[in-house]
Amino acid sequence: MINISNLQKHFVSKEANVHAVNDVSINIGDGEIYGIIGYSGAGKSTLVRCINFLEYPDSGSISIKDFGTITSENGVLYKVDGENRTRLKEKDLRKLRRSIGMIFQLFNLLDRSTVFDNVAYPLKYTGLSKEEITEKVDNLLALVDLSEKRDSYPSQLSGGQKQRVAIARALANDPKILLSDEATSALDPDATESILKLLKDLNRKLGLTIVIITHEMAVIKQIADRVAVMEDGKVVEEGEVYEVFSNPQANITKRFVESSSGLEKINKLIESRTIELSNNASQRLIKLTFTKDSVGEALISKVSRDYNVDISIVLANVDIVAENALGGIIADISGDPDKVREALEYIASNGVRVEAIER
Amino acid sequence: MKELLYKLIPNFMNYSDRFLESLSATFQMFFIAGAITLLLGGLFGILLVITRPDGIKPNKFIHSVLEIITNIFRSIPFIILLIFLIPFTRTLVGTSIGVKGAIVPLVFGAVPFFTRQVESALSAVDPGKVEAARAMGSGIPGIIFRVYLKEALPDLIRVITITAISIIGLTTAAGAVGAGGLGSFAINYGQNMHYSDIVNVCVILLLIIVSVIQVIGNTLARKTTNKKLFQK
Repeated sequence: MINISNLQKHFVSKEANVHAVNDVSINIGDGEIYGIIGYSGAGKSTLVRCINFLEYPDSGSISIKDFGTITSENGVLYKVDGENRTRLKEKDLRKLRRSIGMIFQLFNLLDRSTVFDNVAYPLKYTGLSKEEITEKVDNLLALVDLSEKRDSYPSQLSGGQKQRVAIARALANDPKILLSDEATSALDPDATESILKLLKDLNRKLGLTIVIITHEMAVIKQIADRVAVMEDGKVVEEGEVYEVFSNPQANITKRFVESSSGLEKINKLIESRTIELSNNASQRLIKLTFTKDSVGEALISKVSRDYNVDISIVLANVDIVAENALGGIIADISGDPDKVREALEYIASNGVRVEAIER
Repeated sequence: MKELLYKLIPNFMNYSDRFLESLSATFQMFFIAGAITLLLGGLFGILLVITRPDGIKPNKFIHSVLEIITNIFRSIPFIILLIFLIPFTRTLVGTSIGVKGAIVPLVFGAVPFFTRQVESALSAVDPGKVEAARAMGSGIPGIIFRVYLKEALPDLIRVITITAISIIGLTTAAGAVGAGGLGSFAINYGQNMHYSDIVNVCVILLLIIVSVIQVIGNTLARKTTNKKLFQK
């Protein structure tokens, strides 16, 4: 659906030269919810703004289904058609933007227009009659469950409702792609939940391809199919959400995963000396990660019995990631050193990842 | 009634014909210069905002030229500007006195002021709204009319009100160099002939005109500020 290759974008100012997007290549499939996660300044916002060319990339190319390939050379955009290459016209760019919806963290609704007029904004001056626009807007408002707010002004709505209006507006021109720039970051947990649910519904009902940028792992966990982790303008890790979550490789990914699982509390407990780390062979602090294949077995009590070791659970957590369970346990295991080692080997042989927590 | 007025403001009543002429001259200057200022200042204000480096159509050349011109004419006191512009006015409209001759310096005095006011009103529009409009495929005219001008309307009405009042002030100052209008009426008959009642009437009248403009402006600005919320 969206094919990004070797994308580069610099921002040059007097103070600094920022390499916002550094050689990014990703493929976003048709009908997929693709998450891009990173801390602020990682370049994710710039990357997503290159997809609808709100930012012109310095170089690289982007292919969009039903539109074609656009390459950039030194910030000048060309449309590639087989062997031919022509300067991209402003008119084509605006047509492209109309076929890609976008929603924002702070909604960006027009405060002096009603909900109806906000949703009608992209439809006006497109050749539709007044009746057609009215019908379309009413359908869109029904789709996001806001029909009764038709004649309200944005200032009369809650954050979640404003984002629903923004979603309706973004869908007005029947786009196949929706870009979501931190769309839930300014919302309370309930509103976040309902907006994510709405996005997932739209993805299923309309086959909408959704690109979500966020700094919240919870968002990715809940609705994304695949995820790219960005740091310093680069994609450092990419893949199926469950795979990335259950077996993070890059340091930043590990930090994201830990921050969302609650198991990172162990570090604070160790720091505050609530838990003493002892590195002798007869007592160790371990972290067990249960993936969807190993969750739900009575492994701990079995091991404790069979190997005659004591296991005390310090922290435990079960996450739902991409609709599958992902469990984590931090436990203190003690007993005969050989038995402890054998017990851990047995646990690992059951598809559970075992990591020792060390200083 | 008439006798009472003759008693209270005798000189004013004697020169009431000249007064009516002056009043009409003031209104002519106000409306003609005001209309030109609205157009030019509005245009320059919009251009300043959209040609900014982070605007929707960055253009360093247009932006700097407008900046410089606006700053130059903003920093010249109006009374000096009047004298300075006399030769230019004469070549442009053929005369430097009367209503016709006053329009040119009035425009030069008011446009830079209004330009800055429009610029600041439009700058207050949330850049996020502009970005959303761009993302929806709006072009430059669409963003100007449907986002900038629409969203900033209450602020624009406020700055138009302020500018209108300041143009009234400028027309009276222009009276000092032969523009006609209430200013020269007050100077020639009130000050120079020591008819203090004439000055007093002019002051009261200007007070009324300015108040009326202010009330109209305030009402319109309030009406355009999110109507729904005010009904509740």
